[in-house]
Amino acid sequence: MNNQLYKRRHVVNVVNMTVSVATTMFGLFWLAWLLWTLFFYGFEHVHWQVFTEATPPPGGQGGLANAIAGSLLLITVAMLIGTPIGVMAGTYLAEYGRYSRIAGVIRFINDVLLSAPSIILGVFVFEMVVVRMGHFSGWAGALALALIALPVMVRTTEDMMRLVPDGLREAAAALGAPRWKVISHVVFRAARSGILTGILLSVARISGETAPLLFTALNNQFWSSSLNKPIANLPVVIFQFAMSPYDDWQHLAWAGALIITLGILVLNIIARVFLRPQERN
Amino acid sequence: MSALMPMSRDKPSTTTDRQSTWRDRIFSGFSHLSAASVLLILTAILISLVAGAWPSIREFGFGFLTSSEWNPVTQHYGAVVSIFGTLMTSFIAMLIGIPVSFGIALFITELCPNWFKRPLGIAIELLAAVPSIIYGMWGLFVFAPLFADHVQPWVTDHLGGWPLIGALFQGPPLGIGMFTAGMILSIMVIPFMAAVMRDIFDVVPAVLKESAYGVGATTWEVTRHVILPYTKVGVVGGIMLGLGRAMGETMAVTFVIGNANNISSSLFMPGNTISSAIANQFTEADGVLYTSSLIELGLILFFVSFIVLSLSKLMLMRLAAGEGKHT
Repeated sequence: MNNQLYKRRHVVNVVNMTVSVATTMFGLFWLAWLLWTLFFYGFEHVHWQVFTEATPPPGGQGGLANAIAGSLLLITVAMLIGTPIGVMAGTYLAEYGRYSRIAGVIRFINDVLLSAPSIILGVFVFEMVVVRMGHFSGWAGALALALIALPVMVRTTEDMMRLVPDGLREAAAALGAPRWKVISHVVFRAARSGILTGILLSVARISGETAPLLFTALNNQFWSSSLNKPIANLPVVIFQFAMSPYDDWQHLAWAGALIITLGILVLNIIARVFLRPQERN
Repeated sequence: MSALMPMSRDKPSTTTDRQSTWRDRIFSGFSHLSAASVLLILTAILISLVAGAWPSIREFGFGFLTSSEWNPVTQHYGAVVSIFGTLMTSFIAMLIGIPVSFGIALFITELCPNWFKRPLGIAIELLAAVPSIIYGMWGLFVFAPLFADHVQPWVTDHLGGWPLIGALFQGPPLGIGMFTAGMILSIMVIPFMAAVMRDIFDVVPAVLKESAYGVGATTWEVTRHVILPYTKVGVVGGIMLGLGRAMGETMAVTFVIGNANNISSSLFMPGNTISSAIANQFTEADGVLYTSSLIELGLILFFVSFIVLSLSKLMLMRLAAGEGKHT
């Protein structure tokens, strides 16, 4: 009797643990399959041409150079808008309003925005910018990306600044340093690598975003570095080319997909492995 | 007394002191403004969505939520099909995603050797970092054909004839459709749910687990009777987070859903979700009513995902607040 109960518990345990291992394999299996697909379809189409020539008309020769340049420009502008606001808002949450009720509300809203559907931000920017300007533009695209990056940065900045021991702040304050100096010269420095991680992660997050760019930056078949006009960008080009019936375009889409994914994975690995030693303690 | 303290902090008397207060004000002002911008963005999103959707709200009223028509020619729009698609694909994603992410979180916290925890955690997080458009391409060009050739015919043959659930699996083997979209959504939200669950499983005090192991409980019994009761609220919170993500996901779904404005009893038939309808039609929508109907769809999506994500956050906060209190 007792022996039977023991056996049953043992079997239940073994079965459930096997399932747990299997689910982990299941998760990793998709990652492996996805990466394998990208290399299988994309690798042979990544030539020099991809980085030097603009997007071709159907059936023509070309690359993705204008899309890559456009994406880099959009990301840079988005980060220039988003980083100061994001870092300073995080500073407010970690320093000025740490325990205040309004900070709690902001933290809550920020966490919701962090997971809010990115296409909604696209619609929002369309309403606010594109409709008013009367045309699609790079500015609108950059603004949409900045809105997506902002909550990521607010969150990581606050988390990283909270890790800095209060003793450091008190020591600086005791020496007579004003608050801004305590924060900028002591807390920012101590949390530097963490804040940098947040910035890198938000770059990674926005570089693959497609939905908000569809009706803000739109796309441009030609070289353009003007933020006042529609601008080519990698995600939208990948989307259009992948959905097209032309073989050349689809090949370029796979090449672009491989480039963008590798870029994002490398950014993520750098951010997690190299820049975050203090988290382990 | 005051003669003994000429350098009061309240009244800056030297230039450096005055400069410091001045800089202090600017620094703190900028910081406060930035924080306020988070609230401002939310308010602005709500206002602009309502304003953009107003023509459609005025025209259709509540009928928008109950009509399944979507006809640019007759200018009649209704949200039922898109809402159904969003709920259905998210439901499928949850059905697959919840057990899998639970299993992964359990493996990482209880079974995994220590040296392997970090690489595994990073691998799962990388799965979350892959852009959704890549999932979409992979789904359309790799998964859908395989699914249509090898899995779908078999399922339709064997399950299609069953009473009640049979209707779910009928239809031509297209590869794309509700089920494929839900399946890909599940892969996309697994990392988020698994990461949250792993974090909350780590919250369980080691003493609790050790005492259960000490009286001879198996790993499963510890999970079932110690970890789960302790983290119940948080697990639900993690699931809600995944649900919120799944409902708003756009690009991956747009690739594989098939974009057809119909409700079918079969999971293998094409459909539409709120986000894929917006992504597909927004730029080509002509006429105020068409655009504003799409914006109203967006408003509905924002509203629903806001509620789901808020509930998720509240539950996770409740777990964090109770941390270390109840044993």
